Amino acid sequence: MTTLQTDPGMEFLAQRVDGDPAFGCIQCGTCAASCPLGAAMEYPPRQLILQARSGNLDKILSSPSLWMCVGCHTCSSRCPRGIELADDLWPALRDRAMQEGIQPPAELQETFQNIFKYGNSLGESARKRLDWAKELDVPLRDLSKEPTAVEVLWLVCDYPSYYPRNQVVTRDFARILTALGVRWGVLGNKEKAVGDCDRLFGEEGLFEMLVENNKKLFDKHQFEKIVTLDTHSYRALEHFYPRYGAEYPVEHYTTFLADRLDLLKPLLTKPVKATVTYHDNCCIGRRAGIFDQPRMLLEAIPGVKLVEMARNRENALCCGGGGGGMWLDGHIVEHGGQRLSDQRVRQAAEVGAEVLAVSCPLELSRFEDSTKVAGLENKLLVRDIIELLAESMDLGEKEK
Amino acid sequence: MNIAVVVRQVPDLVEPLEIDASGAALDVDEVEFLINETDDHALEQALLLKESGGGSITVVAIDFGQVDDVLYTAAAKGADRIVKIPYDDDDRPPRPAEAAAMIAEAVKDIDAELVLVGSSAHDELEGVLAPLLALKLELPYLGVIRGVKPGEGGSVTAFKEFPGAAMAQMNVKLPAVLGILAADQPPRYVPVSRIRAAMKSTEFEEKETAAAVPEPNVTVLRMHHPEPSGRAEMLTGSEDEVAARLAEILKEKGVVQ
Ligand code: SF4
Ligand code: SF4
Repeated sequence: MTTLQTDPGMEFLAQRVDGDPAFGCIQCGTCAASCPLGAAMEYPPRQLILQARSGNLDKILSSPSLWMCVGCHTCSSRCPRGIELADDLWPALRDRAMQEGIQPPAELQETFQNIFKYGNSLGESARKRLDWAKELDVPLRDLSKEPTAVEVLWLVCDYPSYYPRNQVVTRDFARILTALGVRWGVLGNKEKAVGDCDRLFGEEGLFEMLVENNKKLFDKHQFEKIVTLDTHSYRALEHFYPRYGAEYPVEHYTTFLADRLDLLKPLLTKPVKATVTYHDNCCIGRRAGIFDQPRMLLEAIPGVKLVEMARNRENALCCGGGGGGMWLDGHIVEHGGQRLSDQRVRQAAEVGAEVLAVSCPLELSRFEDSTKVAGLENKLLVRDIIELLAESMDLGEKEK
Repeated sequence: MNIAVVVRQVPDLVEPLEIDASGAALDVDEVEFLINETDDHALEQALLLKESGGGSITVVAIDFGQVDDVLYTAAAKGADRIVKIPYDDDDRPPRPAEAAAMIAEAVKDIDAELVLVGSSAHDELEGVLAPLLALKLELPYLGVIRGVKPGEGGSVTAFKEFPGAAMAQMNVKLPAVLGILAADQPPRYVPVSRIRAAMKSTEFEEKETAAAVPEPNVTVLRMHHPEPSGRAEMLTGSEDEVAARLAEILKEKGVVQ
């Protein structure tokens, strides 16, 4: 063991990985076999550790496979030695690679730069943060303009603020909160990206900067809890912010609403007749164990028939958007991987679902694109649970 | 090789541009600034030259907009010295002739063998800054360069693209000023932890200049957003109506029979 620890690659892994040191790895290969992109990776997770042990850290750092992990957490959750591959090992290796001047794929660089310069991953103007609310028909409290104590500080986050498909869901959520009598507020143009569940895919300096800035911002406001639609932000706030001394009570909207089912149920009056399957996203699912609440919300909607995909709950297949995957599709496909969302929509169609229900903002566009690729357009609709709730509450936007 | 790189700030087009009360200039308070893209390439080219042949890089900039962010990033990428030229008008970016006069003074002190500047900027498409600077420095100038390699005995090889995709390879005796359109590789990404470290450790050298600034002989009378010319017909209505009108137009114009 001592010899292993003195190897620079291993020493690095031992230092950087919390919990069980990576040299506790028994090379069982469970991680690599579980990885949905493992077959396409030059160095799947087991190999990462093996190569580092053999002093070949350079090989791993410069391999394109370093940028193929989509942070789905399947490897970590199945590792018999509890090695935190997804949340710690991969980001640490990516950080190390960038420190050594190895360039991340171009699309991801642009995303990092967008977050650094504009405070959002889409590279949009901060002044347009509230554009989603232009057509909003319920009152909005912009705490950056009128600071006041609220029950819920709603962090709207990047996609729900800016991406047109997501903005519909964002407005629906505002209506639902209002209908439930929640006293909520948003940070308006002052809001900045939270970061991501795996410390921004290895861009640790950027993540640290976001935490520091957000902590200053949040501390100026009075709220009982943070609620967000963004599963990645939720996980970052819940799991990683405390590592930097920034601790806030935070909930994803699924648990927040499930806790208020008694209030919600009487409002769910309009049947939404559809066979629905729910996609467990990796951030609140495998990572945080939130499997029941999204299903409770769907089952509360009259008319909804909930069916399960063969891979569900902790075994759900990732949409491929995590770990920076949202901006790595091109890189992953170029190096022999597949877009996981294309597989996932087929799995939904196989169980006869008419609606693929999601609760993560990255998934709407990913899955909608994939229904087109898979020839399922108009056969399988992709809808956020919020949209289905709003429709049943007769609050939803009438989309054509 | 001792290389000077000039970087300047340009309005960030992510933000909607506003015209100020005078009606003849951008409202600078409403503008965010970022590094001029070709200047970013000039910096990258300098870093590549330094990596292949050693030397030192001094980045020179006029203190305007959010230039500090750009300078710390340059330091994080490997610039050795940062020279900042004080400029007190917050409301008006320096004109190219003015900028050239100020930068030339600062560059003279550096004793650079090679001066790299972006060959144009999106608020200065004619690209006059680089040649004006060469004029002030009394150095030869070559612009629209797409790559520079170290050459033999006090020279570099510069690649210049001409229309029709003809590429010229030129031997440039130093000292000289090169206007860079693109570096040999895209500007590198530098992790934010490095930029943050640079913020703590980098000292900017301030260089006051007393350059005589020529009075402009062109005055902007009015600045305005493009006005619709009435040449476009927006088709509205249902899909069928739009399709029918489109078919009509194609017939009118003789595109289809
Ligand atoms: S699953 Fe865990 S113990 Fe097994 S090879 Fe992977 S990291 Fe090692
Ligand atoms: S987190 Fe997912 S994609 Fe990344 S290595 Fe583990 S199983 Fe593979």
